[in-house]
Amino acid sequence: MTALTSPGLSDAMGQHAGTSRQDGGTEIHARSAPDDNVDPAEVARFGALAEAWWDPDGAFRPLHQIGPARLGFVRDVLCRGLARDARQIRPFEGLEILDVGCGGGLVSEPVARLGATVTGIDLASDGIRAAQTHALASGLVIDYRAESLEAVARRGEVFDAVLCLEVLEHIPDPAGLIATAASVLRPGGVLVLSTINRTTRSYALAIVAAEYVLRWLPRGTHTWDRFITPEELQSHVEACGLEPGQVDGLVYDPLRDHWSRATDTSVNYILAAQKPK
Amino acid sequence: MQQPNASQPFDVVISGASYAGLSLATALAQSLPGIRIALLDQKPLVARSTNATAGNAATERSGDPRSFAISAASRHLLEAIGVWHHIEASSQPISAIEITDSELDAGVRPTILSYANATSDGEAASHIVPGQVLANALAEATFALRDITPIAPAAALRHDGGAALANVRLADGRDVEGRLVVAAEGRRSALRESAGIKLVGWSYEQTGIVVTVAHELAHDGRAVQHFLPSGPFAILPLPGNRSCITWSEATPEARRILALDDVAFLAELDRRFGGRLGRITLDGPRASWPLEMHLARSYVAPRLALIGDTAHGVHPIAGQGLNLAFRDVAALAEVIIDTLRVGGDPGGMDTLKRYERWRRFDATVSTFAFDSLNRLFSNDWTLVRAARDVGLGIVDRLPFVKTMLVAEAAGLTGDLPRLLKGQAL
Repeated sequence: MTALTSPGLSDAMGQHAGTSRQDGGTEIHARSAPDDNVDPAEVARFGALAEAWWDPDGAFRPLHQIGPARLGFVRDVLCRGLARDARQIRPFEGLEILDVGCGGGLVSEPVARLGATVTGIDLASDGIRAAQTHALASGLVIDYRAESLEAVARRGEVFDAVLCLEVLEHIPDPAGLIATAASVLRPGGVLVLSTINRTTRSYALAIVAAEYVLRWLPRGTHTWDRFITPEELQSHVEACGLEPGQVDGLVYDPLRDHWSRATDTSVNYILAAQKPK
Repeated sequence: MQQPNASQPFDVVISGASYAGLSLATALAQSLPGIRIALLDQKPLVARSTNATAGNAATERSGDPRSFAISAASRHLLEAIGVWHHIEASSQPISAIEITDSELDAGVRPTILSYANATSDGEAASHIVPGQVLANALAEATFALRDITPIAPAAALRHDGGAALANVRLADGRDVEGRLVVAAEGRRSALRESAGIKLVGWSYEQTGIVVTVAHELAHDGRAVQHFLPSGPFAILPLPGNRSCITWSEATPEARRILALDDVAFLAELDRRFGGRLGRITLDGPRASWPLEMHLARSYVAPRLALIGDTAHGVHPIAGQGLNLAFRDVAALAEVIIDTLRVGGDPGGMDTLKRYERWRRFDATVSTFAFDSLNRLFSNDWTLVRAARDVGLGIVDRLPFVKTMLVAEAAGLTGDLPRLLKGQAL
């Protein structure tokens, strides 16, 4: 049992997101202005890990491990909220989904395989480059961009669902991110958030165990006071006019080396909310 | 029916439309509508046109003279994919199992172990099902599913596992692309060989003889296994006064027996049969094949999984070969479906390793257990004979050991895939 979250950071927040992209999209630069809702030290640290994103036994092993449990939640809440047939192999066919803080694409790719048209954004351009390379090799078409959520919102782009998984605990202003995410949802759209609860258990597991004892994550990946309780998250969500929905805990069983969904939200948890129609 | 070179690759390409391949294709297509499955076979497969045509084609194809002891776990899988109700009327539940250990011409065969063949839930631990009935029912279920694209006749020659897709090259030069390729091709598998997976194994110097007989008296659902010095001789009850004989014999003796005319052949059969069911007559053709055991060194390679006889072959002593194949099917179907449901890659190495971890240990243990059982019983040494009779005699007096034996035969032990518990995927 341990808590984890992605070194995925980075989502892309930034009120004046200094991101530019040259024509052709081969050169991507991410710059951050000092007042961005971004911690530049975190962007640099995770960018350095980009190469390792897709190694299932590498630095991001915990994210590979937790993947099926959180994607199962995404599948269920999106099918329910957006009236999709969950029995179908590609239930997200025709949906436009934004993956905020997509990192190397560990969530974007499966969501694309489920049929969605996916846009993945992250401020760490190394991660975006790793994601683009991997998607190409996987035969998937995903619109990856090293830019901020604000930039997406400013262009007036809207989506059927916004996913923001293991991101909130890495940024200074989670409420601001949630408000911007809500603004890019279509009416009836679904927001999915996952993060780490702020409890004694989460300190013991997410920081002491995961970073110091098991060394799953580099030291300094998480800062305990950036963790958010489910109640706080629900009130952030309600404050921007969304209706909070299902909340599941994501629980690690050390004996089976397996993550599953459970009612215990004391460490990792995942939450859905829906924009009124 | 799609064309093999349709622009969209298949999610799963299954090579081999026998019991394992048909049941895997059916389980996958029923669980996840929209899945793209290609089913390759060297013999023609009839696409679902009319039921009658499909039925005829299946009958032609199979012609399998064997009957199988379908365990309760395998029956659960067949129920879950909706084919058991087509089979049930032609199947015979086994009410009891009797094991004797005897010399060839012994007039009275001492029973050393007998037990009621019901699990703790009261269901029969196994049914005897004619192979042809099973093949027909599976083929009809498969052809009723429009997500399955038959590609046949087509011989799969070579498998290349790439980063995102595998390519299967057919003998006629066509290519079939899929995210995962499953080799369900039987013992001789071109795809397994092209992936460089070696077999380990050995021949038993025994030949299996199969024939159906009719008899005067009712068998009451009792299955009998005579452990004769040259190998096991099983009498498996079929509906009516009929039984399927599965008989292992040292190869030179088997050759002699198989060359006999019907009258002399029946006389040899009669020497071994034991007189309890009255007069017996032949009720079908004889079939035979050399007995051997084999294990693939690996069950997976990049974008390739092996199931059934392609992965392992066991001595037929306990009638478990097909049940092991159904265990592979249930485990692989569950791993594939659970992976596809969350947008995963069904041919990714982490997915394939999950399947291999789940199945390999069980299949290896079974292979060696049946091998040891055969070695223990296929000899005429007085000392070994005494030891095994004492052993089984002890078992005969211990009800809980029998309960365990029945549960094991029912296939209901261990970490069971959902299909073997009769649950939907």
